[in-house]
Amino acid sequence: MKKVNTIIKIKDFSKGQSKKLKATVIAKTEKASNFLTDVADVFLFMTQIVKETFSRNFEFREFLNQCYQIGYKTLPLIAVTGTIMGLVLTIQSRPILVDFGAVTMLPGMVVISLLREIGPVITALICAGKIGSGMGAELGSMKVSEQIDAMEVSSTNPIRFLVVTRVLAATIMIPLLVLYADVFGILGSWAGVNIKGEVTLVLFFSQAFSHVEFFDFLPAVVKSFFFGTVIGFVGCYKGYNAGRGTESVGVAANSAVVQASLMVIIVDLIAVQIIDMLL
Amino acid sequence: MTNTEQIKVATKASSASASREVVIEIDNLQISFGNLEVLKNTSLKLFNGENLVLLGKSGSGKSVLIKCIVRLMQQDSGTIQVFNKNVATLNRIELSELREKIGFLFQSGALYDSMTVKQNLEFPLRRLKKNLTEQQIKEKVGEVLENVGLADALDKMPSELSGGMRKRISLARTIIVDPMIMLYDEPTTGLDPVTSHEISNLILDVQKKYKTSSIIITHDIKCALITADRLLMLNDGEIYKEGTIKDFETSSDPLIQSFFV
Repeated sequence: MKKVNTIIKIKDFSKGQSKKLKATVIAKTEKASNFLTDVADVFLFMTQIVKETFSRNFEFREFLNQCYQIGYKTLPLIAVTGTIMGLVLTIQSRPILVDFGAVTMLPGMVVISLLREIGPVITALICAGKIGSGMGAELGSMKVSEQIDAMEVSSTNPIRFLVVTRVLAATIMIPLLVLYADVFGILGSWAGVNIKGEVTLVLFFSQAFSHVEFFDFLPAVVKSFFFGTVIGFVGCYKGYNAGRGTESVGVAANSAVVQASLMVIIVDLIAVQIIDMLL
Repeated sequence: MTNTEQIKVATKASSASASREVVIEIDNLQISFGNLEVLKNTSLKLFNGENLVLLGKSGSGKSVLIKCIVRLMQQDSGTIQVFNKNVATLNRIELSELREKIGFLFQSGALYDSMTVKQNLEFPLRRLKKNLTEQQIKEKVGEVLENVGLADALDKMPSELSGGMRKRISLARTIIVDPMIMLYDEPTTGLDPVTSHEISNLILDVQKKYKTSSIIITHDIKCALITADRLLMLNDGEIYKEGTIKDFETSSDPLIQSFFV
């Protein structure tokens, strides 16, 4: 009797285990299938954007409006951030350079850091926060309130009107914002140098730009275009594919910021590797 | 005879004189989301010039049905013919041409938040009627605003409008392109009884003035009584009953009666 009970227990245990295994396999398969569906959705969305970018009836007016929204309205934020970036970088770097007796290198070092890396990356991260979340929330709420459907019913392609214009505007405006941040960063650095010394702007510029070459500048501008595309794309993708409830607007905005920021870092990593190979 | 009744009699007379031409024909429509069957073998016809009211509880598949008509959603099986064209097989240009003839009033109004009332009204006009001059666009905007009784709302933002005003502006945006078919998705939901009554009358005015054929989705029986030439009840994704207002009012079916309480 005891033996029979043990066999039943083993059978029950193995049944339970196989059920658990089955559930795990189903869950994993679903996860893999969802991931593949997401990847396919991203590619489909990308294809639609490329197709609509080169189609006739480009929404030029909306594109200009988006350039204004993305570019002009971000200028004060970028100016403040750029100035603080230059100032802080100069103040932080000064003691080490003083120790090595290379304080005259300070303007050059800061400007190269700003132009090559800090200016583009910090600007892109700020834009990912401001512009990416804005796009995610705006398109998400348009989806929830059926405005995208209304657009489609009015025979207007929402991808062309809403997405292409935003992605292109971000692609063009973010490099310009990076240059703007660089200018303010350099001015901030000059202010930083002047906290513990006295250097004229002309001398500061001549010290700084004697170390700068064209190839310090060009790759940064080129990668800024990619930052812009990535921020525009992620923001629009998250907003356009938001769910139907109001909660999904917050989710779209949040994930747009997180994923756009992550993508900026990844693009930067790839760009640095490519630049390193080419130069 | 009240104003509403007069309009309705006049509209019905004109509807009766119009031929019984079918403008929308839906045949065995089936649509499901995952395991949930939203519509099961649903068939209906909309005749030229009539107001067909689709009654039904929330979740009975009413909105899904009219979204399939303009291909905002795709059916799993069955056919939808609008002006004898199979909606599912139309290419993008043909679909765009068909959508020009159909006005869709969304449940939420769906006004573009970032645009003023004027820009909202101009949006479909500039895209669908490209040969209009600036003066003609201005006149058309003024005319539809006058028709919905909101001539002074031109420069307001949607956020500055009340629920009823939003519905009116949304209706104005829909009729500005002179559609032949109107699809109303719960036009009176969320409105007070007075505004609901006004919107229902406005639907009749639109039918009369623009000679539209309409499908009106509602669970507001008062709106149905004012606007309907014919009623159709959907229940659990299937056509439950079809008939006139009188047929519905005199029905002893508890489900139908529950709408009239």
